[in-house]
Parts: sequence; C-alpha cells; structure tokens
Amino acid sequence: MSDTTGSGPMLAADGRPLKESLGRALRRQKLRALALIAPLLFFVLLTFVIPIVSMLIRSVDNKIVENTLPGTVPALAAWDSTTQDLPSEDVYQNMFFDLFNASEARRHTRLGSRLNYETTGLASLFRTSGRNMDSIGEVFQDAIEDVDPRFEEGAFWFEMMNGAGGDAMLEMRRARWENLTEQDMSADIGFMPSQAIIEILPTTAAAYTDWAIWTVIDEEEVVSEEDPWEAVYAALAIDLRNPATGPALAAYKGPGAEALQTLAAADLPDLTFAQAFLDLDEDWADKEVWETIVVYSPNYTAGYFLNAVDAQLTPEGVSMRPDNQQLYIQLFIRTLQMSLIITGSCILLGYPIAWLLANLPVRTANVLMILVLLPFWTSLLVRTSAWKVLLQQQGVINEILVWLGFVDDANRLILMNNSTGTIIAMTHILLPFMILPLYSVMKTIPPSYLRAAKSLGATNWTAFWRVYFPQSVPGIGAGSILVFILAIGYYITPEIVGGTDGVFISNRIAYHISSSLNWGLAAALGTILLVLVMALYWCYDRIVGIDNVKLGG
Amino acid sequence: MAKKMLIAEKRPDLLRFTMPLTALLAAMFGFVGGNMAAQPMLGALIGALVGCAIAFVAETNLMRRTQVRWGVIAVLAIAGLVFGNVGTAVSGAIIGAVLSWTAYWLATGAYGMTVPIYYTPAQTLWHNTFKFICGLIFFFLVAPLIPVMWLSFNAEDFFTFTPEMLNFQAEGYSLKHYRDFLGTDEWMVPLKNSLIIAPIATIISVTLGTLAAIGLSQSHVPGRQAIMAILISPMIVPLIISATGMFFFYAPLGNWLEATLGLSQSFVGFVKVILAHAVLGIPFVIITVTATLVGFDRSLTRAAASMGANPVTTFFQVQMPLILPGVISGGLFAFITSFDEVVVVLFVGSAQQQTLPWQMFTGLREQISPTILAAATILVIVSIMLLTTVELLRRRSERLRGLSPA
Repeated sequence: MSDTTGSGPMLAADGRPLKESLGRALRRQKLRALALIAPLLFFVLLTFVIPIVSMLIRSVDNKIVENTLPGTVPALAAWDSTTQDLPSEDVYQNMFFDLFNASEARRHTRLGSRLNYETTGLASLFRTSGRNMDSIGEVFQDAIEDVDPRFEEGAFWFEMMNGAGGDAMLEMRRARWENLTEQDMSADIGFMPSQAIIEILPTTAAAYTDWAIWTVIDEEEVVSEEDPWEAVYAALAIDLRNPATGPALAAYKGPGAEALQTLAAADLPDLTFAQAFLDLDEDWADKEVWETIVVYSPNYTAGYFLNAVDAQLTPEGVSMRPDNQQLYIQLFIRTLQMSLIITGSCILLGYPIAWLLANLPVRTANVLMILVLLPFWTSLLVRTSAWKVLLQQQGVINEILVWLGFVDDANRLILMNNSTGTIIAMTHILLPFMILPLYSVMKTIPPSYLRAAKSLGATNWTAFWRVYFPQSVPGIGAGSILVFILAIGYYITPEIVGGTDGVFISNRIAYHISSSLNWGLAAALGTILLVLVMALYWCYDRIVGIDNVKLGG
Repeated sequence: MAKKMLIAEKRPDLLRFTMPLTALLAAMFGFVGGNMAAQPMLGALIGALVGCAIAFVAETNLMRRTQVRWGVIAVLAIAGLVFGNVGTAVSGAIIGAVLSWTAYWLATGAYGMTVPIYYTPAQTLWHNTFKFICGLIFFFLVAPLIPVMWLSFNAEDFFTFTPEMLNFQAEGYSLKHYRDFLGTDEWMVPLKNSLIIAPIATIISVTLGTLAAIGLSQSHVPGRQAIMAILISPMIVPLIISATGMFFFYAPLGNWLEATLGLSQSFVGFVKVILAHAVLGIPFVIITVTATLVGFDRSLTRAAASMGANPVTTFFQVQMPLILPGVISGGLFAFITSFDEVVVVLFVGSAQQQTLPWQMFTGLREQISPTILAAATILVIVSIMLLTTVELLRRRSERLRGLSPA
C-alpha cells in the first residue's frame, strides 16, 4: 500500500490515518454538492420528467377496454374468430351487463370513441346501444313483475339479497366500478350479498350488488328503499334459465324462497341476448366489431404507435392503412424536409453574418451584434405577427410589389398559409440560433491562418475553402443541430402562417389534444418526435458538449 | 474623424468609374420608378441621366459634400412631390440620399479604404459586395419589426396600410389601439396574469437554479453529466412535447390539489402554470450561472472562510456579488421564457390564467385586430430594455473577471 511507510500509516493532524481522513473530506464535499443540487433535481423530476414519462405510458395505455368491459373481455377469449362466426350467447350476456353499467356511469361513449379510432362506426354503435340497454332489461322486468308483483318492491329485493358471507363478491364488484369510473368506491353501502343467494343465483347477486354500490355511492340513496334497475331482472331471468337453478331453489329456505320458486315454474320470455343486440343494431352481428374488441382488449397496445405511422392492428396482424387514410408518415417527412430547408437557409444567411462579426473590430461587432440579438429577444408572437403583416395577400410585401407594378393586383403572390410562409418566417425566427454558435466558433479561429495561406500563394477562395471553412465546421454542426431541433418541434409559427400544407407534426399533436381528443395518438406522435429529438440531442452533445451552450454571445 | 478620411489619395476616374456606376444604380431606381407608370425603360433612361449628373456634381464639388447631398435630396423629393404625392416625395428623398452617398463614396475613393492596400479591384469588389449582402441579411433580421410598429398607429381597424398612412396624413394615424390595449380588460387581465406568473416562476427557477449551479461547479460531483442532461432537458425537449406531457400529468395533479387541500380552481391553475414555466426557465439559469462560475476564483471563498466567515456569510458577501451578473441575466432569460411562452400555458392553463402571449395567439388566429400590433410594439420596447440590461451586465461581468480589456 502506498499510504504506509516504515513507521505505520501516515496520519492527519487529528491523528486519524490520512487516507481515511481524505476520503471523509471528499465524501463530505460530494454530499454538499449533491445537497445543493437535490432540490432542483427533485423539482425538475416532479414537474418535468414525470409528466414526460406519463406521456410515454399513455401512448401504450389501453386499460379502458378491459375496465369498461370487464366481463366481456374474458368471455371473448373463448371465441375463435377463424372458425366461429359470432361469439356465444355468454359473450352477449356479459356485454349486456358491462354496457348497462357503463351507460349508467356514462362511460360507454368513451369506449366507443376509443374503438372508433381503429374501426369507424363503433362510436355510434356504442352510443346508441348503450342508451338502449334498459329496454332489453325491461322485457324481463315486465315479465317477472307480471308473475309476482312483490318483485316491484325494493324492500322485498333487499330482504332476499341481503345476508352474510358475500365479502369477496362485494369487493370484486367495487373494484370493477372503481376501474370503470376512476373514482373512489370504497364507502360503506349498508348491503352485503348473501352467500346462499350467490350460490343459487350468481348472476343476479352480481347484478344486484353492482346496482347497490352505484345507488348508494353515486346516487346517494338507500339500498332497501329503491327498486333495482332493469339489469337485475335480466340477471334473474338468466339464472332461472340455468337447468341447475330449479333443483337448487327447491331446496332453498331463505327469504323470498317461495316467490323465487313460483318464478322458476313460470313462463319467462325466451329472448336471447344475441337476438336482443341484433334487434338494436345489426352491426352487432358484424364479425369485425367483435374482432376489434378482441384485438384491443389487452391493457397495453401498440395500436397508437401503429396509427402514428399509418398502420393498424388487425386480427391478421399489422397492416398499412388504405392510401387515402395515410397521413402521418407524410407529415413526418414534411416536418423533416421543412426543418432541413430552414436549417439550410439559416446556414446560408447566418454564415456571412457570423464571419463578418468575427472579423470586425470588437467595438463594431458588438454594435452589429445588437441587430442579431434584438430579434432573438423579441417575443416570438411579435415576430410571427410581423410576418403575418408582411406576407398576407394584402400585406406589406404584396402591396409594395403591386405599387411598383411588378405584380398584377389580381395575381398577388400567395406567401402565407402554405409552406413558403412557414419557411420564411421560421428562418427569420431561428437565424440567431445559427449565428450565435457559429460566431463563437469563428471567434476562436486565428485570422493569421488565412493570411498565412494567402502568403503561401493560395487564392482567396482556396484559403477560405481549404483553411478557414474546415475550422468553422463545428460551428455549422452546432448551429444546425440546434436550429433543426428547435424547428422540428415548432408549433406557434406554423399554426399562424402555415395554413394547411405548411404545418408540422406538432400542430397535429395539438389538434389531437384539443380538438379530436385522441390523447393516446397525440402521446404516440409526441413519443416518436421525442425519440427523434433525443437522438439529435445526443449528436449535439457529442459534437459540442451540452456544457458549451452559450447564450447571447 | 469622418472629415479627415474624406478623400483617398488615389481617386478613381470620373468617366470610366464613378459616373457609369452611379448611373447604373440610378438607372435601377429609375426602372423601378418607371415601372409604376408602366414605362420602365424610359424611367431607367431618365435615372441614368440623373445619375450621371449627380456623379458629375459630386466629382466637381468634393469638399462641399454636405451641401451637395442635401441639394440632391431636396431636388428628388420635390420631383417626387410634383409627379406623385407625399409618399413618392419621401421615396424620392430616400433615393436622393442613397444616390448622393454612393456618388461621394465612389468619387472620393472611400470604397477602397477599408481593404488592404494590396487588394486587386476584383477583391475590392467582392469585399464590398459581401458587405452589401451582410447588410441585406441584417435588414432581413430587423426590418420585419418596423411595419408592426408603424401599423400599430393605424387609425383604422385594418391590419394593412391605408392610403392616408402612406401619404403621411395626420388623420391616418392615431393612438386608439394603444388606448384599446391599456383600457380594456381583454388585454389588461392577460397582462396582469403574465405579470403574476412570470416573476414568480423566475424567482423559483433562479433560486433553485443558482443553488444547483453552485453545486454543479464543485470539483467532485457524482453523475455530473447525467444530472446536467436532466436539468438542461426542458430546453431541448420540444415545447409541444413538454406541453403534452404536462397536460396529461398536471390535470390529475390539479384535481388532487383541489380535492385534498381544498384550494380554489383558479389558484391551482396559477400554481400549475407557474410550476410549468419555472421548470422551462431552469436550463437558462443553469447555463448562465455555471458559465459565470467558470471564471470564479475559489481561493476567495477559502480566504473568507479562513477569516472566520461561515458558509452563508461567505456566499452572500463574497460569492454572490461576483456571480450576480450571471444570476441576473439567467433570471432575465427565465423571465422572458415565461413571459413569451404560449404552448404550455395553452395546454396547462384555463381561461383564468390567460396570459398576454396567449391573448395575442388567439387574436392572430381568430380575430385580427391591430391592438395586437400595439401590444407587439410595447413588447418590442420591453425586449430592447431587457437586451440592453443583459448586454450591460455581460460587459460588467467580463470586466470584473478581467476577460475583456476595459
């Protein structure tokens, strides 16, 4: 060991070994530095990094299907779309209860719009069908109440269903409501399903528990005073159709046993749920509807990402959308193309200015620098409105050209609401971001190199191209990446001067956030853009180093 | 100083150099002017003749530069007034100023005085062409702001110039858009919101950012690169993505704050926007303050400590005054970031948090009123003041650190 000498370990002033003492000091220094950084790091993580991560999660999140159709999704797993034509009666029954609950909670339209992104027509199918679930239930309710009017009374139902031992069922139904409504459903409801009834009439018990939870927590009523909703009657009819129910009821001695036995012997409507759904809307007999639900039933989906690249997930696998629905690949290409053009024009305009500033005496350069910094410091909205004033059909440029007679009054130039407008305005807005890094690189190139080249016989052009230009390339790289990164995510300027064919991918993201409300797709588009920018950022770090970013010269 | 270098020792020939070039430039102006009357060729011819005359006058009156130039300006302005209106008279005066300046610039040989003596004529020509190109680019950078300021004094509710404005008639101008801006809630409420949000966001980012920058500038920081990358990321990630992420995350956060702490909706809205703006301003504070700390002499803090000052006293008495310029300019960047920000506030805020840029954005997108231009002009003036402050601070900081001579 290097810290030991012949006379033992080297000691610090306080008598500890020096190595340990130095280590302690270093550790304390590191801790102090971290303690200074920690508040900000925590702040940035909370207010920035977590939101970005939440966007990434949302781009694959698809819990809405399973949360809205908790019964249908497992039931559909048994359906094989390649051999069977339509799902079994069991699937339709589950769909009835799921849609019934969803429409009570007014969530069925959300699921409809979600699935509509994948197959058009599903939004209206879910909206109209959800509204009509009551009418299916009423068929059974009327029949049951005709057999025994006691089934009209809430108190009778409560006495029959209430009991002990149904904790598991109660908790399961609560969890389903919580998933569906995204609200807390844990309050006490003053009802506990009876274990005896759960064994004999499982569907009825589940439907009644659902209703009880909703009645108490959302509608703030008392279970025993209210009549159950139509789904409970439908559930009772389903249970009575089961051949095992009759014998079990015969042995049942609990409350309402006699009424249930009469009902079991009576003649109830033999309407199947498959038929009931078909009567509502014949689309329910469409295989594609059920296939869509199956394909999008997992909790996480690549569907949004596929949509973001003009593809879609079908039962047969991934396929491209039809040509007339393709939009995003083209939009990404256009965003990249226009960003490249903007970067190119910034190099073209920025290089001479940076060269001039770097080679003028400091005092003059500082004065001219103000001309570069003034637009840099001016509000983005001001510069965008300036370009609107200049470029519009009745704008300054067109007025001058017409006044001078170069352009006919009837054929004014269309400079705005197309890609020309976006490119001109954004070149102007981003030009300082090119000039500043270029200038700081050019400042470090000694002017004597050029003079040396010339004195060795190089022409002006050779001296510039072979000696000066290669040394300024890092500046071009830094400026280009900076401008490109900024251009690719621009929103405000394209929105105002871009019209329809001068817009960027960011405008589409904003559209999905605020107008079409397809947040998953917005998140997926944002994630792709983010990955693109991160790759560029990594290049930037490689070329310039992120520590070397300078602001304002 | 300008008087002394008025005349170069070696002056060009009148007939072979000064006169043809001046005539060429004048002919271009003549072409454009003649084009207005659908007579471009005739205009060019007249222009060339006028150019020759100006070149001749300049050559023969080298020492009476001021008088001759004003004379040319006056003659062309009057000619403009005779053939047109006040607008053409102003154009005439401008053309006169340009032509007479060019004539003297050529005739006195001033064009060759900024290049080394050994330059060939071709190199001199390129040098001056290059300067002209740079001039055009500077024009491109600054000129778009001029029509905005001009139009903000429009007496009509148009976004375009009226004939009265172009003829410089007093009835074409008014301050009504400034009155609209200063006198209506439509603009004053957003301005007030901006002035609430931006300073608070700036204070948060400056406080946390300065502390972290000091931490980052210590010699041993574990994971320095990674931490730096995270802290800079709000500047690199496109605003639309930050806004999307915040939109998803801040809405449930706001609901939670309202539900559990019982805060009012408007207050929570402000908190959300302020937090979002503060995090967007942080990279600027980090960058400027770490840049200032690079030149900071660490022995000063050690000296203070050895004289018995505790770390807090050392910070406020020794370190803070020296890095203050960097802190202030970082703060100004953070302020302007928040004050100028639209996308995030559009996604995170609600109508009660409408800021000035938001109001301008909706104005530009939906109803076009020149009040926006009045707001824009005021913002330009504010940004000129901010720019001046930052420049002065930067120079002071360089002087303090001995980076620039005086």
